[in-house]
Amino acid sequence: MARPTPDTAADPSKGRHGPAAVAKTRSPARAAGLRTPSWVGWLFVAPALAFYVVFVLRPIVLTVQYSLYRWDGIGPSTWVGLANYGKVFTDPDLFDSILNAVKLILFFSVIPVLLGLAIASTIRRIATSRLALVARTVLFLPQVIPLVAAGIAWTWVLSSTGVVNQVLSHLGLGGVTRAWLGDFSTALPAVGVIGAWVLLGLCTLLLLAGMSRIDPALYEAARLDGAGSMREFLSITVPILRQEIGVCVTVTVIAALASFDIVYISTQGGPGNSTMVPGLEIYYLAFSERQVGMASALAVVLMVLVLICALPIQWLTKDKNS
Amino acid sequence: MSRRVRPRWNGAVLVVAIGGTLVAGCGGPGSDAPQAEASSTTLSSAPTCGTAPVTMKGYFETGFPLPKALTTEFSKQFPNVKFDIREDQFAVITQNAPRVLADDPPDLMRLPQVSELVKNNLLKNLDGYAKAFGWDSWPASQLAQMRLGPGGRTRGEGSLYAMGLNFSMTGVFYNKKLAEKIGMSSAPTTLAELDDAMAKAKTAGITPITQFNGGATGGLAFPLQDLMAAYGPAGPINDWIFQKQGATIDTPSNLQATQHLEKWIKAGYFQKDVNAVDYATMMSRFIGGQGLFMFNGDWESGNLDKQMPGDVGFFLMPPLEKGGKQAAMSAPLTYGISSRAKNADCAAFFLNWVATNPQARDIDVKIGGSHPMGSADASMPEVTPGTVTASTLEAGKKIGEDNGAMDFIANATGAIYAKSWTPQLQKLVAGQQTPDALLKSVQSDYQSQVGGS
Repeated sequence: MARPTPDTAADPSKGRHGPAAVAKTRSPARAAGLRTPSWVGWLFVAPALAFYVVFVLRPIVLTVQYSLYRWDGIGPSTWVGLANYGKVFTDPDLFDSILNAVKLILFFSVIPVLLGLAIASTIRRIATSRLALVARTVLFLPQVIPLVAAGIAWTWVLSSTGVVNQVLSHLGLGGVTRAWLGDFSTALPAVGVIGAWVLLGLCTLLLLAGMSRIDPALYEAARLDGAGSMREFLSITVPILRQEIGVCVTVTVIAALASFDIVYISTQGGPGNSTMVPGLEIYYLAFSERQVGMASALAVVLMVLVLICALPIQWLTKDKNS
Repeated sequence: MSRRVRPRWNGAVLVVAIGGTLVAGCGGPGSDAPQAEASSTTLSSAPTCGTAPVTMKGYFETGFPLPKALTTEFSKQFPNVKFDIREDQFAVITQNAPRVLADDPPDLMRLPQVSELVKNNLLKNLDGYAKAFGWDSWPASQLAQMRLGPGGRTRGEGSLYAMGLNFSMTGVFYNKKLAEKIGMSSAPTTLAELDDAMAKAKTAGITPITQFNGGATGGLAFPLQDLMAAYGPAGPINDWIFQKQGATIDTPSNLQATQHLEKWIKAGYFQKDVNAVDYATMMSRFIGGQGLFMFNGDWESGNLDKQMPGDVGFFLMPPLEKGGKQAAMSAPLTYGISSRAKNADCAAFFLNWVATNPQARDIDVKIGGSHPMGSADASMPEVTPGTVTASTLEAGKKIGEDNGAMDFIANATGAIYAKSWTPQLQKLVAGQQTPDALLKSVQSDYQSQVGGS
């Protein structure tokens, strides 16, 4: 540890003025401390690291440990090895919940990112007008409202007598009205729509921020070369926003796979498990069925699934120039 | 260069070291679980709360004023006893019960399904108190649901692990104004008459049944179990709920009941969006006059008497043939004492007081809306004739005579309601499940849960 490394050994005072340098001249003992700053660095990180270890690493390790036992959360546990993992992939209920989460990616990621791109480039064009400010505020509002409140509001909107059905009835489409969250074929898409509404604002704002750093001269040059707005969008905006799009996709894919609150408030997984997602299933397994081992196994599988999805996105959207 | 590499190395070492310590530091989870009591203690005399100041720790259900009204009255009569009460919604209590009983033991707690709590030695065995206070001489059916065999396996017999503040009664509420419109002047006395009333309502453009069946709470289990008890005896249904050896829900009479329910669904007797209706929505619809019948329990009696005075009637599910035996879901409002409670004696004294003190019994009926616990000849509080409360109390007598009290099919195991009945009934409504397959599926879930626990 104490082996002097080239830059510390060369000249400790170089670039380090002030008390440390003065101390060196006064006390050789302190100078030795200066030569081993690696542990001093850890000291600064320690408080944050302690929190990270206690509240992130420890739970993960314990979850992995629990997943290898059959345990009701209180009484004695039985070692079952990987049996819980086997059940996650063979129990149709558990596996279907994973499939539902994958289907939700369409609503939580694809729609908000595509729509967000379109809206952001529209707002950019009218950036100076009052309308842009209003649009930004309105779109970002879902991020500010607590999800639980939003979920409850949406259950009213989508109920059999809600706004959606009222509008449909007025348009003469009374035949398609239904309890959107209580119908087997529409419950999952309806939950998806709520998710899209929540995440659209986040994506739009992120993309808008990214667009503001694009040099307007690029657009001007493109226009001189005869490019239309579509060509500008595809050849300038999208490539430059690569990283922002990457962040949007990552955040929203994780939101889809690990969804809990929206589903819990709007359908609780019903009707007939048609909107069951892993997050909710883990909660039910652990707290209603008291199968803590099984819940932990599903949680570990979910974590791995999120990593499998998120890491390639990170790699794909990495800025190749930096 | 080496300086840049080293911290990473350190980091990896640190993570491995911490991870290793964490894993090595503990054996299998749950090694600190409470141990079984040697046996229930025999008491020489009935315990009391004494005269020294006592603060009782209570964990009650939010939204129900009964327990607080009782504790307030109790503190008035016994000024040395104070209550420190924490409240949560029932769903939260269900999830927290084992951990709270183990880590922060209350003296008195509203309990969910008790089997698993008894299995983990979290509840006090009340046999000693039952003997000292004479609870043994009460009608056996009042306490049966709270008796458990060794290890919490079979319910219905064995040691007493909980007590009721009162016991509830379920049946069918009806809107008298709407009933008049279809010429229904008195409660139906047979299932055929009930069917007839529903058909008439449907033709008159009135929704026959307001019920909830959305989210994770399948409210169609109410009419289903009532139909089961109309088509067959209540005993085997209780055996199934109590996890008796070889009990099954997949019986010919239960199949007839499920087919009858399907007939109601196909005839459009429920609202079209019943799969999206929660309990609160059902109540507001019924109070708003949007349905003739509602399958529910007497915990709403007081509320309905207040909201629609004189406009609501109540009857027990009618039998197949006139004068036949009737049954109803009837369950005590269960409260228990933690096995680690500090003031267990005082808690037991309180539970006995609730069942025997005239003021407490009055509060039980007036505020709780349900029948008080206690011996069959105990005095009954006066209720205004013609109210829903009066008719639900009256129905309680009939159930006692017919020995028709059943626990709820949703209480058979901890997971059977959310994981089996609810999704299956929602599928039945959507036409995605047949009555036969519904019962078979619930039975197979039941077997795996009972066998696996």
